[in-house]
Amino acid sequence: MENIYDRTIDLGEYKPEPDDDRIICRCEEVTKGEIRRAVHDGMYTITEIRRYLRSGMGLCQGQTCAKLVKGIVARELGVSPAVLTPATSRAPMRPLEMKIFAKEGEEDE
Amino acid sequence: MKRYDLIVVGAGPSGLSAAIEAAKRGLKVVVFDENEKPGGQLFKQIHKFFGSKEHKARIRGFVIGEELLAEADKAGVDVELNATVVGMYQDKEIVVRKGEEVFHYKGNAIIIATGAAENMVTFDGWTLPGVIGAGAAQTMMNLHGVKPGNRILMLGSGNVGLVVSFQLKQCGCDVVALVDAAPRIGGYGVHAAKVARTGVPFYLSHTIVKAEGTDYVTGVTIAEVDSHFRFIPGTEKHFDVDTICLAVGLSPMSQLLKMAGCEMEDNPKRGGQVPIVDEYGETSIKGIFVAGDVSGIEEASSAMIEGRIAGIAAAKYLGYIEETELKEDVEKNEAALEGLRQGMFAPKNRGKLIKKTEEGIDISMNLLKHGFVADDEIERFPGVTHRVGVHPVMECTQNIPCNPCQDACPKHCIKIGEHITSLPAVDEAVDCIGCGMCVASCSGQAIFLVDETYEPGFAAVTIPYEFLPLPEPGEKGYGLGRDGQKICEAEVISVKSTKAFDHTNLLTIKVPADYAMKARFYLAQ
Repeated sequence: MENIYDRTIDLGEYKPEPDDDRIICRCEEVTKGEIRRAVHDGMYTITEIRRYLRSGMGLCQGQTCAKLVKGIVARELGVSPAVLTPATSRAPMRPLEMKIFAKEGEEDE
Repeated sequence: MKRYDLIVVGAGPSGLSAAIEAAKRGLKVVVFDENEKPGGQLFKQIHKFFGSKEHKARIRGFVIGEELLAEADKAGVDVELNATVVGMYQDKEIVVRKGEEVFHYKGNAIIIATGAAENMVTFDGWTLPGVIGAGAAQTMMNLHGVKPGNRILMLGSGNVGLVVSFQLKQCGCDVVALVDAAPRIGGYGVHAAKVARTGVPFYLSHTIVKAEGTDYVTGVTIAEVDSHFRFIPGTEKHFDVDTICLAVGLSPMSQLLKMAGCEMEDNPKRGGQVPIVDEYGETSIKGIFVAGDVSGIEEASSAMIEGRIAGIAAAKYLGYIEETELKEDVEKNEAALEGLRQGMFAPKNRGKLIKKTEEGIDISMNLLKHGFVADDEIERFPGVTHRVGVHPVMECTQNIPCNPCQDACPKHCIKIGEHITSLPAVDEAVDCIGCGMCVASCSGQAIFLVDETYEPGFAAVTIPYEFLPLPEPGEKGYGLGRDGQKICEAEVISVKSTKAFDHTNLLTIKVPADYAMKARFYLAQ
């Protein structure tokens, strides 16, 4: 776990790959190349990637792409995906309009 | 804020089972589910389940769902639908969206049974309309009566990919290929065999290169991969399809647990992020339990038992039952769970290549690579015998925990024995009366009745048949081999459908005697 946060590790040069323009996060339209480049820009954790690119922050809340993004970041860092901590889980877990989230219903006890 | 003894999140097989056990022991229980119908994935499962009687074997999944709902109702479980749990906080407080408002609840205990979500793989064109999850295809067909596509390619040879491919065929779709990057079929051989005999070709060590089309899927290219999963140039194959189904595994939907602060681990064997739990499914936070796929991907039968265990444990946690009752009740369920986790496909054997059955017989390699047992391999299995007159031929060639055929025979001519994973064998001393109960009871549709001397020069073969329209007696067509290829002419002798067969029709065809041990499916002219 520790060595992922070792910002001094040398990832080598960013080398473009033929499928860099493939969309990985569909909701926020983030490509594989953008994710790979973000790692080279110094984003070594899923949380950082998420804040930097908004991957996994759309309608499905990463339900589709979380594993895919993790795999790409892990490969770029040369580590196993299992060592990467997934993004923070927080409410609302499902897409929800703010007006609903803010409206407390009342039920009889 | 409303308070319950127990809040269950998810009204699928495990959540309902947990709620039932807790309510039976006196707890005030509510189940929240975001869907408009309860039952989770159970109502999409139109096939007969495996296992033994205690696991509701040979009952179709959706019927098990109906039974669970009735049981929950009787136990006084309150099931709230269209109720999405959007957050779980400290002190077991949850927030539920219902309609245009959110509501807060507290549970003295909570059971999370949220299940899993389908994985995706990416390839060029994977975002085109027409690329869908296999579970989505199942929802369309089996819940909403919508045909997902006309020409379909399935990626993934696990049980989901195999079962859904068969259901697509039943739905009238043309499944052009079943593809998997792995070198061997991942799911049950019997599931593969029933797909293969309908004529679906299997492409193992292959995966999708690209989905073609500009606005929607119009075709797909696959290619062979080497042992490092790299494409081998020159092996590309193209298919015209309008739909690509992905059955590439499931991931636990465990976010609520993480949010609440339960200790988690990334466990690839369990499918991803899962909570660390004890034998009762209790997480690192006392009073928060889990059951079903959310704590590790398995299947519905084990999910139901895990649910029952968690429900009983929640009752103990809240003091509704004593320690001794907990031990006693859980023990029974654990024995049932252990029964399901046996055999070649047990969780401990995942990914291993098993070359011999428990009986010491060589596993059919053709089955693992092409989806069917080859003609020269089939004779070595104990269910395959010859005799004068009608007799069962059981093409059950892998050790899986399943034994309904043994009880189905009124003459007791099928023997599995003590060990539920043993291959079925024929008791030659007992006469077969040709009733067909074994054929209809086999969840894997692997039992046939064969009469090698039906008429001079001709044999009769009875096959389980779950397709519409049903052929008529006297109709002429073709006998298909285990590989789904036309091998001979065939004439329909009879079509039997009784209530006891539960929608598995018994189709008896007459084929030339040489094809008695080869013809295993029927195709109308």
